[in-house]
Amino acid sequence: MAELTMVKALNLALHQNMEADPRVIICGQDVGRDEGVFRVTEGLYNRFGESRVLDSPLAEAGIIATSIGMALYGLRPIAEIQFSGFIYQGFHQIEQHMARFRNRTRGRLTVPMVLRAPYGGGIRAVEHHSESKEAYWVHTPGLKVVIPSGPRAARALLHAAISDPDPVIFYEPKILYRAFREEVPDEPESWEIGKARIVRPGNDITLISYGSTMRVTQEAGDDLADLHNIDAEVIDLMTIKPMDTDTIVQSVRKTGRAVVIHEGHRTCGVGAEIIARLNEQAFDYLEAPIRRVTGYDIHFPYFSCEQVYLPDAERIVRGAMDTLNY
Amino acid sequence: MPRRKLKLQHEVEELSILDVDGQVDTALEPALNHDELLRIYRAMVLTRELDDRMLKMQRQGRIGTFAPCRGQEATQIGYIYPMQKEDWVVPSYRAPGAQIWRGWHLEQILLFWNGYEEGARTPEGVNDLPVAIPVGSHPILAAGIGMGMKLQGTKQVVLTAFGDGSTSEGDVLEAFNFAGVYQAPVVFVCENNQYAISLPRAKQTRAETIAQKALAFGYDGIKVDGNDVLAMIVVTTEAVNKARRGDGPTLIEAFTYRMQMHTTADDPKKYRSDEEVKEWEKKCPLLRFEKYLINKKAADEKLLQEIHQDVIDEVQAGLERFEKCCVPQPDKLFDYTYAQLTPELQAQKEEFLAILAQRDSRNRKH
Repeated sequence: MAELTMVKALNLALHQNMEADPRVIICGQDVGRDEGVFRVTEGLYNRFGESRVLDSPLAEAGIIATSIGMALYGLRPIAEIQFSGFIYQGFHQIEQHMARFRNRTRGRLTVPMVLRAPYGGGIRAVEHHSESKEAYWVHTPGLKVVIPSGPRAARALLHAAISDPDPVIFYEPKILYRAFREEVPDEPESWEIGKARIVRPGNDITLISYGSTMRVTQEAGDDLADLHNIDAEVIDLMTIKPMDTDTIVQSVRKTGRAVVIHEGHRTCGVGAEIIARLNEQAFDYLEAPIRRVTGYDIHFPYFSCEQVYLPDAERIVRGAMDTLNY
Repeated sequence: MPRRKLKLQHEVEELSILDVDGQVDTALEPALNHDELLRIYRAMVLTRELDDRMLKMQRQGRIGTFAPCRGQEATQIGYIYPMQKEDWVVPSYRAPGAQIWRGWHLEQILLFWNGYEEGARTPEGVNDLPVAIPVGSHPILAAGIGMGMKLQGTKQVVLTAFGDGSTSEGDVLEAFNFAGVYQAPVVFVCENNQYAISLPRAKQTRAETIAQKALAFGYDGIKVDGNDVLAMIVVTTEAVNKARRGDGPTLIEAFTYRMQMHTTADDPKKYRSDEEVKEWEKKCPLLRFEKYLINKKAADEKLLQEIHQDVIDEVQAGLERFEKCCVPQPDKLFDYTYAQLTPELQAQKEEFLAILAQRDSRNRKH
């Protein structure tokens, strides 16, 4: 066991998977000699060489589509898009090919690849470096969408994503890359994709989030206890698609109240889907309408105003209290 | 039905007028009077001074991450020089000198890199687009603007600048193609500064030059010494005139070098040698132009000094205006999403402002 940041934990998963399986290759901009702009691919170029760690030309569609091609051919590519805000240059390849081959060929050809990208705000970056548009991928059949919120989960879920038989969009909350350390086992560890985790058990209200907003959600859970004597249950979805509906339904059946939290825009965001599922399966147990604490339906602001855009513990507590006082 | 060779014309011109020692090829030298030469020189010095100041400010936390342009002064001032006020420019993000030449306010450059949307608001009376951050996403907008100019029958021209990395993007190749197919009045300038973050030019494309990519789309490409402002002015003027005549687009490859990091967030020592950088220092676009000005008696050392001091004062004044503008305006965040705030967005804005007000009143209490 070692105490690792999320960057180091992801790096460990990449090292171990590349070591274990020669079909695993990495493709992206500046992932090789530069070792990635966030250093997630540190040491891989030196260890595995340029034939398995591909410093690609500057073309997102190229990175994504050649990875699809390599996956169809039998390799296990891990493609990196430097910031999720640039993934749209390859949107058509994800939607038209990556997501569809299994269905199109009735299972004959598949795309077992991982598409990694850092996402989310809070790092004082220029436009297109801060957004959270995971909902695009959740909307698309055939894709799995994984978003870890801590080092151990990041490592174990990336491990699972690499072995998964289907394409996985793997969004990494860049604000948490070096925010804290966690014990991460030395031996390869894999967590099942599609499982949520209760990170704080409670009985009064359920706070549901994932990825970049998990830290502020946990902080809000603590504040509710300290300031308002409210016992919140906090759930980290970890996988957005397929979503662990059972875990959230069981929790809300118990608490009768919920707030969903994410950075992405509110309209048709992941929160809308969570609420729909709770409406379908926990309606009789609800004591109040479920609130959303999310990014607003505006473009992610330039960074002088990013902090007022991002959900914080105070907004989450406010949303929770509105629900509790309904 | 024989197997035969198609005879295609494939030649790419290469141009340099002013060498590293300030020696000029008088047969190619553009006819620019002393005032014009000094105006060009001043713009290059301003670009350098602003860049140096921004790097210091970034290190002090007074602006955010930005993309330094040291070494690329001749490229940007050279290609912007022939553009007329009524023309359009779709700029690259590494050419603030070109933007200022076009009428952008110096403080806007700083505001943009310090997280303020006002830095992207095209000034009144200027036709240009703001810089686009997604690499290679904007040249095709220039192709569209050029198609509009052609449809309207104006005599305007649109110039767009982008880096060597951009030429790998599909959208850029589509831009080249649309501009060619519609014979749009577009000047494409590739600021080939040899690196896309860490990736050297040789790994960006197998092609020997970037200029030659134009040939596949049916028009000329020309490679030019991007550290030679005279050569830049000559080739861009030719391309602009050609576009204005209705003879379609040109691709200019400005061969230059990024002396600094890609942005202040990376460390170039990881991917290139100090020796390589030192070699390019010798090719400094400013030094050779100063020698030229002195040899030509367009200026003496004293005048060059005066210009430098004048530029320092102008940059300082811009920084002071910038600092006064650095006031976040969260109440404006919702107002430019649509022409009219929609009812649902109005509701979100009210919710947002209520949270801000509550926070403000609490902060005042503390």
